[in-house]
Formats: sequence, C-alpha cells, structure tokens
Amino acid sequence: MTEVRPEPTSDPVVDAHLVVERSRFQLDLKLRIDAGEVVGLLGPNGAGKTTALRALAGLQPLTAGHVTLAGADVDRTDRRVWTPAERRPIGVVFQDYLLFPHLNAIDNVAFGLRRHGMDRRTARRVATTWLARVGLGEHARHKPRQLSGGQAQRVALARALAVHPALLLLDEPLAALDARTRLETRAELHRHLTEHDGATLLVTHDPLDALVLADRLIIIEDGRMVQEGDAATITAQPRTDYVARLVGLNLYRGTAEGRTVRIDDRFALAVADPTQGDVFVAFPPSAVALHPHQPDGSPRNTWPAVITGMQRHGDNLRVQLDGPIGVAADITPAAAAHLHLIPGRSVWVAVKAAETRAYPADTRNQGFRPTPP
Amino acid sequence: MVRAVRQDAVARSEVATPPSRRTQRIPAPLLLPAIAGLAFLVLPLAGLVIRTPWASLPQRLGESGALTALRLSLQTATIATLVCLMLGVPLAWLLARVEFVGRRAVRALVTVPLVLPPVVGGVALLLVFGRKGVLGAWLDATFGFTLPFTTTGVVVAEAFVAMPFLVIAVEGALRGADDRYEEAAATLGAGRWTTFTHVTLPLVAPGVAAGAVLCWARALGEFGATITFAGNYPGITQTMPLAVYQTMEGGDLDGAVVLSLILLTVSVTILAALRDKWITSA
Repeated sequence: MTEVRPEPTSDPVVDAHLVVERSRFQLDLKLRIDAGEVVGLLGPNGAGKTTALRALAGLQPLTAGHVTLAGADVDRTDRRVWTPAERRPIGVVFQDYLLFPHLNAIDNVAFGLRRHGMDRRTARRVATTWLARVGLGEHARHKPRQLSGGQAQRVALARALAVHPALLLLDEPLAALDARTRLETRAELHRHLTEHDGATLLVTHDPLDALVLADRLIIIEDGRMVQEGDAATITAQPRTDYVARLVGLNLYRGTAEGRTVRIDDRFALAVADPTQGDVFVAFPPSAVALHPHQPDGSPRNTWPAVITGMQRHGDNLRVQLDGPIGVAADITPAAAAHLHLIPGRSVWVAVKAAETRAYPADTRNQGFRPTPP
Repeated sequence: MVRAVRQDAVARSEVATPPSRRTQRIPAPLLLPAIAGLAFLVLPLAGLVIRTPWASLPQRLGESGALTALRLSLQTATIATLVCLMLGVPLAWLLARVEFVGRRAVRALVTVPLVLPPVVGGVALLLVFGRKGVLGAWLDATFGFTLPFTTTGVVVAEAFVAMPFLVIAVEGALRGADDRYEEAAATLGAGRWTTFTHVTLPLVAPGVAAGAVLCWARALGEFGATITFAGNYPGITQTMPLAVYQTMEGGDLDGAVVLSLILLTVSVTILAALRDKWITSA
C-alpha cells in the first residue's frame, strides 16, 4: 500500500470487491480501508462513486464480489450473504443531508442512538453532547428548515457519528454549500474526521475536498479505478486526462527513447527525465509560452497552434490551443493584450524541456499498484 | 475556478435581463366556462338555502328523527374512516413501496369501487357478507353474527365505497415523498416498521389527513350501497342521505330540504375546520 500503518497485522475495517452491473454501466472496484484512515473516492459524474458508497452502505446489493465490514461479511454474492443497511456498522452523511424534516436537531441525532437500543433520555443526552461538539448547542431544538446549509451539514455529521460507526460514508458532504461556508465546514469536517477512529470513505468530485480531507485517494472513471495514491503522487503524476485536468496539468502518453517522447507519428516532445518505453509526459500550463512568430534557438519544444478558447484562471488567462497536440497555457492578461490573443488566431507554442516530467505508464515499474491484493 | 467564472456570467445575465411583468387579460374562452362551471356547482346549493322553510326550521330541527339520523351519519362515517385508515394506509404503502407481481392489477382493483355504482357495491356486499353470502354464512354459523341491516353493516358499506379515496390519496403522497429519507433511516439502524412509523408516516401525514377527509366526506354522503346492504331502519341504519330520500318520497319536500340543509351545514363546517387545521398547514 501507499504508506506503512502502525499496526500492519490488524485487519482493515473495509475489505470489499464491489461489482454492480447495470444495463449500461459496470462498477468493479476493490477497496480496503484501515481504521482511522480517510479514503477519498474521486471521479467525474457518473463514474460510480455514489454507487460504490451505496453498495457499502447496503442500499445497493452487489451483483458480484463481497463487502466485509469490521471482519464480518455483510454482502457476499457467492454465499448469498446479505445484511441490510440497518444492521451494518455504518454512518452516512448524504449529499443533501436528508435530516428528517419533522424532527428537531436533537431528535435527528438521537434517532440512530434510539435504534441502537438506547433509551430516550440517554439518547437525547448523548445527542445534545454531539450537537455541542459540532458547535450547534444553541440550535438543538431547531427543525432542519430553520438551519443554514452549514448547520444542517454538521447535524448530519453528528447524526452519522453518534452511533460510533466502524465505517463513516460521506457522499459529497460539502457540495451543497456556498464557497465561504464550504471553507469553514471543510476545516471543521477535517477535525472530526481526524478524531473518528473508524474508517472513512469520502465520495467527492471536488479535488480540493479530497486533497484536504483524505489520507489516500482513489480515482475512478467508468466504474474502474484509474489511479490510487497519496495527494502528492497524484498531483505530480496524473495517469488520465481527467486526473490531469483535476490537478491542472497537460498530460500526454507516448513512447520514450531517452529524452525524446514520441506522442504520435508526427510529433515528439523533448523532456528532461530520460525514460524508456510507454510513458506519461506532464507539464503545467504555466510552463507553456506563446509567441507571435517561431522562436529561434534553445533546446525547447516549439510548434504552431491555433487558439480555440480563453477563460479567466485566477489572475491569469488560461488559453486552450489546438495543434499537433492539444495544450493549455496560462499567460498574464498583459501578455495576452500584447500578443492580441483571440480565439482563431495562430501562434507558436514553446515548452521548456526542463519543465516537463516524464514517468512510466506501466504501473508495475512504479512504487504503487492500482489494485490492492 | 472555472465554475466561479461561469456563476459570474450567470449572475450578470440575470442582471442584464429585467424581470418581465406583463399583466394579461384572462381569455374569454377560459373565463366564461369557468364562471358557468362555478354557477353550476353553486346554484343548486343556493336553491336549497332559498327554499328552506326558515319559519318552521326550529320546530323541524327538534324532530327526533332528524337528529338521530344526523348522529348515526356522523358516527358511522367517522368509524368507517378509522377502518379505512387502519386498512387503507398499509395497503397504500404496499402499493407505493413494495414491488410485487400483479401490483398494477391490484392498483386497478383498488379503484374499482370508485367506478362501480354504489348500488352494485351494495349488492356485491350482500353476496359476500349477506346471511347466505360466502363469508356471511360462516360468520353467522360460527359467531351468530350478521352484518346486513345493522349499524355495522352501514359502516361496512361506507368503508367499501370510501376506502379507494383514502388509498389513492395516501399512495400519491407516498410516491411524492422522498424515499431517500427512508434510506437515511435504514443507515441509522431503523428497520422497515420503525422507518414506517417514525419517518414515512410523519412525512406523509398531510396526505393521509387529506385522504381521510375525502374518505369521511364520501362516507357521510353514502347512499346506494348503504340502502342496499344495510337497509333503511330509523335509528339503526337510516343515515341522513337515506332520511332525505325517505322524507322526499313521503311527499314532505320541506322536510327533505331541512334535512339536506342540516347535512350540508354540518359537513361543510367540519370540512372547513379540518381544512384549516390540516390541509393548509401542510
């Protein structure tokens, strides 16, 4: 795995091989999560993130494979084992929270405690403690419709954590919040996830949420894992276009021969790292320079391209270019004005070899495996 | 970042286009039929009020028959509604939440009493629960218990005719309710029964209340099935609609008008009160 755990002999909280088949979609994902670990499941819309979460929660039966939670099989198709959601050691924070609208904050949090056999008074006392922990002591008697988005999110988190789940499942927990609340709530959530001693699976399409909250990232596309690793590895060495876009890099796959990577029959890039065979080449848009005419000399990659789109990106402009390879460039507004950049205009693209990174595409030569054993 | 830019653009475009506020005339092809429809519904009621013999009203109100029939009507309609709630809500849940073979057929069967003439319903009830009916003979032989021509029979007839209204209203409410709340309850450890009582039912309470009101109103006005199955015995099975009919048949038009007015007033008052309490608050 990606890092050494303090107790390598202890069994993972989650050991699952999730296979869910639908008419036009198949999820096939192997998953292990240790106690105390937060795994971020990241992917584009329709990749199967929520299906994976629902399969773990017991809201979506598997077509094949198994789910083992805290050492017990809860779904194993070959042995016809099935434990419904209400008897799994889980807590779920849904995307739009799904707080029961007819119950106040205390009773929402106490709901799970009551179902786990706690008497009414104790359940309410524990629920009150939990609401205080998430900073909502004074909103305890408010109904969900009287709570702001951030407050509702915290009640949902308290409701899920109150039953001490072995596995906490978070489905886009910050997606429904506005930008400012999101920032605060993200920090708050990070604190609670650190304190949670069970396993956590965080489903999100927001790379920032995943990078801040998760110890390890799993990226899925079309129901399959395409990349796994810690934040540093994934941001430095993306392996698919989706991941590259996510972390803001230009990404190409080609055949390397020393410091030259052949992308296709007619185009090759000069790179700094010497490699061999099937490789990825990545470089940030800020490493791309645009010129009105062909720049001369210097060991750089240059090629003619046509501007297809421009949009603001922070203080800069991100320029999309079409040519032998598609590329994104970040340039300053001043440079854009100087070069009279408009969509449709032809320019020359230059990329310094020193700013590129080349790394093997064959994962067996790398330090990590995409699917854990 | 890209998303933020896009939101900016959206915000700007909203500012750019001023909200259009055009007051339009109501088209005559809609307005005239609407007024005619309203008149058609209201005029007969107005006629009832106009023809009421107000002078002799207090004396007629005091006639024991009217009040007995009214009390019987209210009692049987209320009990019938409770029966419908106990049987109809679970039936609606089954239709809305459980997928089973023949669910469409069952749903169609539930609505049959809606389209069946109530008199036919009464005949059908007699065939099943009558003294020589399939179930009725067994009930009579085993418990010495007969339904036809009893107050219980009135309740059975009213429940038979009124239950589809409740089932349809509650099933609609259940289908409209977000069943992900039930999933949330399951992830918190609630089984299906607890989820039903603690989550589903509170969520669809307004729908259940609306269905119960419809059901009660239908039961209160029930005539055909009641007179066929339970007969027309004052004090036992003679509800208000039956009393109105009998008085009218006896040639006492004023008496029928008074009884009708009482029924109208009581039911409208109760419905209005329930509407304020339940329907609008939802």
